Amino acid sequence: MRTYDADVCIVGSGPAGLGAAIELAKHGLHALVVDSNLSAGGQLIKQTHKFFGPTAHRGGVRGMVIADELYAEALDSGVEVWLDSEVYSVSSEMQERMSIEVLRNARRSNSCDTLPIFRCAIKAKYLVIASGASEKPLMFPGWTLPGVMGAGAVQTVMNVERVLPGERFLIVGSGNVGLILAYQLLQAGAKISCVIDSAPTIGGYAVHAGKVQRAGVPLITRCTIVKALGDNQVKGGQIARLDENCQIIESSVETVDVDTICIAVGLKPYARLASLAGCKFGYFPQLGGWVPLHNDRMMTTVENVYVAGDVAGVEEAAIAEDEGRLAGLDIVLKLRPDDVCVRSRIHEVQARLWESRRGPFSSDKHQAKKEIIGHWHGNVAT
Amino acid sequence: MRIVSHPVLQEIEDVKWVEITVDGRKIRAREGESIAAAMLAANIRIARYTSVRSEPRGLFCGIGQCSDCMMIVNGVPNVKTCVTLVADGMVVQTQYGTEGPDYENV
Repeated sequence: MRTYDADVCIVGSGPAGLGAAIELAKHGLHALVVDSNLSAGGQLIKQTHKFFGPTAHRGGVRGMVIADELYAEALDSGVEVWLDSEVYSVSSEMQERMSIEVLRNARRSNSCDTLPIFRCAIKAKYLVIASGASEKPLMFPGWTLPGVMGAGAVQTVMNVERVLPGERFLIVGSGNVGLILAYQLLQAGAKISCVIDSAPTIGGYAVHAGKVQRAGVPLITRCTIVKALGDNQVKGGQIARLDENCQIIESSVETVDVDTICIAVGLKPYARLASLAGCKFGYFPQLGGWVPLHNDRMMTTVENVYVAGDVAGVEEAAIAEDEGRLAGLDIVLKLRPDDVCVRSRIHEVQARLWESRRGPFSSDKHQAKKEIIGHWHGNVAT
Repeated sequence: MRIVSHPVLQEIEDVKWVEITVDGRKIRAREGESIAAAMLAANIRIARYTSVRSEPRGLFCGIGQCSDCMMIVNGVPNVKTCVTLVADGMVVQTQYGTEGPDYENV
């Protein structure tokens, strides 16, 4: 198998991976980013809305524009990026270096004869896992029918591929993803029956909820999906109200005339590679579930293996980028322990990260992150 | 349905159209789009039927993580159509059950 050398291998070209790679390359290191997707930017490429936050944190900029900006900055800084490259194995046969095995062209080889599929290995001393998150499914009768889709899937075909996957939609989940999806569907010309949530209150920001409600879409709380209707694909849905004990009120079951049901019930860290690398995990529902333990500079319980972004706990894109930068800077500092500039940059990024988790929506995440760092110390010390 | 004009996104790009065949039916596709997108634009939603219960599956995650949208493409089974781009003359078939490509011999 062909091998390639790099100082640092970064898995994932979303905001976290590119953030890490940019810091590394700007300090003269060979940062090699691998991503299984055909384009860089991770899930930012389908975010057509403007992000919140201060200007220094790219507030007011659309997600898809941030993806372009970060990718351009990475390439300008000398980062090497391999797209259509899927990491399937990581091992540390040698003491000082890891071997990261990659399947290249797996996606394009099916449509292009001149791009054959092949395997290769990257030898690197450091690994940054920035593999993001995956959508949580929701199981109910009919949930596997064609026409039941993840919210992210709908965003991808709608905003990237420019295809509406249906005409009339039901959205399950009123967190920010569900609310933003609803608004984007309206922008694309779709009809929305309603957005439902089993919780007693709307999950997402009031500003997103307001936009959807003003457009005439009902947001119904204490309401659940009972089943998806249809034999071969979705022809409708059944929803019902819930009582105080979260039980279905039988008399409230009603049928909604939809052809597509979107599941927007949250994300979980996509951490298979961290598991493969032997990282220890902890369960933190505030951050999406099982999270690789890491210290306050993003290193996992495995020496020289880092995590950054949603894989280290599902939060915002701006936080992911900063976590990536922090991981990158910590690697630079390990190689140049006397560099006071890098040291002060680390403190600056750390301070910004904690600051951005101060809002009322983030206090539980703030607490969970503190606990993760505590558990990391407990695990590494023993 | 294709989204031609959009309040935030620019007008849909004028790209080359290609033709693919899905279960014998010819459909038009935009160069550079995924097989799954081309199918959805043509209102085809079923990608495969499961091996044990013969249940239909279609696009679910859209980013190559799950395996619901796998189909037989140019004779190769288990191709994730949500992350595989169309090519002119491509032959796509509904998949029944499973048949794995042999990555060990790649």
